[in-house]
Amino acid sequence: MRGVASKLVATVAGAGFALGAVAAMAETPQAGGELNIVVGSKIPSYDAHIESTFGMIHPIRPFYSTLIRVNPDNPSSPTDFVCDVCEGDVPEGTDNGTTYTFKIRSGITFHDGKPLTAADVKATFDKIVFPPEGIASNRKAYFKMVESIEAPDDTTLVFKLKHPSGTFIPSVAMPFNFIYSKADLDAHGHTWHQTNINGSGPFRFVEHVQGSHVKGERNDNYYHEGKPYLDGYTALSAPKMSIRLQAIRGGRADIEFRGFPPKARDDLVAALGDKITVQESDWNCVLLVTPNHKTKPFDDPRVRRAMSLAVDRHGGSKYLSNIAIVKTVGGIVFPNHPLATPIDELKANIAGYSDDVAGSIEQAKALLAEAGQSDLKFTLLNRGVDQPYKVVGTWLIGQWRKAGMQVDQDVRPTTPFYASLRKQKDFDVSIDFNCQSIVNPIADVSKFLPTAGNNYASFEDAELEKIYDNLLRTANVDEQKILIRQYEKRVLNDLTSQMITLWWYKINPHRSYVKGWKIAPSHYLNQSLDNVWIDKEEKKRHGL
Amino acid sequence: MYSYIVKRVLMLFPTLLGAAIVVFLLLRLIPGDVCMLKFGGEGGYVDPEQIKMCQERLGISDSKIEQFVDYMIGFATLDLGVSMWTGQPVTEEIWIRFPLSLQIAIMATLTSVIIAIPLGVISAAKQNSMTDYLVRAFSIAGIAMPSFWLGILIILGLLIGTQAWSGVPWMPPVHYKSIFDDPAHNLSQLIWPALATGYRYSAVATRMTRSAMLEVLREDYVRTARAKGLIEQVIINKHALKNALLPVVTIIGIEFAFLMGGLVVTEQVFNLNGIGKLFVESVTQADYTLTQALVMLVVFIFVLVNFVVDLMYAWLDPRIRYS
Repeated sequence: MRGVASKLVATVAGAGFALGAVAAMAETPQAGGELNIVVGSKIPSYDAHIESTFGMIHPIRPFYSTLIRVNPDNPSSPTDFVCDVCEGDVPEGTDNGTTYTFKIRSGITFHDGKPLTAADVKATFDKIVFPPEGIASNRKAYFKMVESIEAPDDTTLVFKLKHPSGTFIPSVAMPFNFIYSKADLDAHGHTWHQTNINGSGPFRFVEHVQGSHVKGERNDNYYHEGKPYLDGYTALSAPKMSIRLQAIRGGRADIEFRGFPPKARDDLVAALGDKITVQESDWNCVLLVTPNHKTKPFDDPRVRRAMSLAVDRHGGSKYLSNIAIVKTVGGIVFPNHPLATPIDELKANIAGYSDDVAGSIEQAKALLAEAGQSDLKFTLLNRGVDQPYKVVGTWLIGQWRKAGMQVDQDVRPTTPFYASLRKQKDFDVSIDFNCQSIVNPIADVSKFLPTAGNNYASFEDAELEKIYDNLLRTANVDEQKILIRQYEKRVLNDLTSQMITLWWYKINPHRSYVKGWKIAPSHYLNQSLDNVWIDKEEKKRHGL
Repeated sequence: MYSYIVKRVLMLFPTLLGAAIVVFLLLRLIPGDVCMLKFGGEGGYVDPEQIKMCQERLGISDSKIEQFVDYMIGFATLDLGVSMWTGQPVTEEIWIRFPLSLQIAIMATLTSVIIAIPLGVISAAKQNSMTDYLVRAFSIAGIAMPSFWLGILIILGLLIGTQAWSGVPWMPPVHYKSIFDDPAHNLSQLIWPALATGYRYSAVATRMTRSAMLEVLREDYVRTARAKGLIEQVIINKHALKNALLPVVTIIGIEFAFLMGGLVVTEQVFNLNGIGKLFVESVTQADYTLTQALVMLVVFIFVLVNFVVDLMYAWLDPRIRYS
């Protein structure tokens, strides 16, 4: 009975998120207080231009500004971007979508007191887009369309593109594009920011104890008026999920930004009742099934198609969403984006998405028989991480068994798993994943390109490359929709080169006195903390 | 005595060299590397050029022989290098965690000694009595119960107990502050893991104390002391206990060395930023330099503690002479 009650509370809290957001807007933010965050990953370095982990973003992002960002008041929208150090609206492309001119705010200063101008933003994007020889930049590939970056004066920044592009603005909004001081880059070189921090964000760096915590204090010179509300924050390192969960329960932490599984949410709600607020969202991460096309019989599209047909995604969503961080059925594009294919179209056009589960399984069996693989046996390579890898892997094996396939699961720790998937490529079929920060569908779906550096299916297909090339070069949304449908059908249905399982589902239970933070479709987004505030009366009610 | 000490110190070098070679080879048997994990661990796009640059910078793309030679040169010159994951000097990474692990080891050892020696002596002195049975049950429970599991129970017990008692759940702090900076914070964090691990090790030491005491209490000189009319307390404390402590000191020494690097799971359970947690992270992140340095540190601590224990034998039993 208690379990049912807790689920009810959690569900109500989750469903009430939208209403809660409206209510939060009506509340007046209060200044002061310290926020304690728990973070489940380590900081490799402070340089966001080369890193890709939330273990760096969560503690370090609040020290920095970006040119534009997701709207912190509406982060659940995958298309709502606002200016950060620029002013006014995010610019539209001119010159047939090949020129973007940003006006940079005046009066912004770095934490060392030097002014931030367009020259600093140019130096930052030069480092990201055109890094000098021997300097790494993990997101250089997102800016292949950029021809030049100019800063004609202190408040103007101009990007010239080689061709119109639907990926440019979302790429600029990525939370990894920290703005660095040109003076720092000139004086200390391009690797200085790996071990030093000088930003212009809402908080100033205080200390970092490796493996323990990062501490930040309020930046009184922050350029968004009246913000940040907090006096400071501490990001506590806690690799074990149980510790992060108990830290929130035991009052040692107020919030965790990556997300918990449903059971953890229910446990917290059961323990603390209305002292916990739950925010939930679709998550821009998805587990894929990647068959090795170089290994027989996975070079046969009939076998791959049969594998996809055997998977009941709608049934899986219903049951797995109770125990794992997966939920939404979708195609290759993040389900809530305007470019995503509506579910009815997926059901009608893509193998494995139909509601007729029995019919799909019969089709799968027929395809396997036609390919001479009625007794297909293979090994699924999987990563030794429970949520959601092992849960989804075990579910897939059960699904495939219904169509007569016999599958073993080879679960390996992360390092050997990656070595097998990415380097040795000695697997039959593997779990793989695509997890991005900004929802940038045209860039995100490049994962399915045979020539993409992160596609491990080992195949070639000229048609897929051609569709994608056209997709990259159009800024027209209607054209993008048509091309992305063609691309998706080619990947998931005609070739079944890879398969989508279920999209992840993000669950963030936190102490109810934490206000102003809104969930985004990625754990990398909306982490500058300038909107976050502590409701002091509410905190007293918690006995803290 | 001095020649014995010199010999033991010289023995340290081949021991460390052997350990260095074994850990070097074992680490390279695991497929994958730190660069692939660092930049591609979270499913986003990874620039293959960046992985290559990282591998070249860290020397992972060099031949195994070149890596070994570099490692040996570093080892010989006491330059342990930088962590492949964070880029920070390995000595700094270890030094940050060392005080916490040392404090836990001391606190757990003290807990163990405070529990084990009195209980072991009482149990032996009252052999086959109800007290003896209770002590034995207590110590067997300690051996049977892994300290990390006891740790989980302690955390859950604190959360549930404090919520039931005061309405506000409480758990120990999840980040470390030095005992010199904030003693209350420090002790409220470390006392629980010290109890969990101390209980586990006290169980072993209790049983060892009891069996050693039983043996000593049957010796002729104890019978003689009783015949002389000495009171039992003096016989036990002054004559029997000191002689029974030799095996107990050995056990406590080994436990102490183990606690310095072996609290792998307990440190995770209590989120302690110690050497054990660092060990796990360095292995899972394929951070060769850090793992190698940590193994060397643990080997060094084991050798050192064993050496100290050997020297204590001579103090406890004057018949033992090293020459």
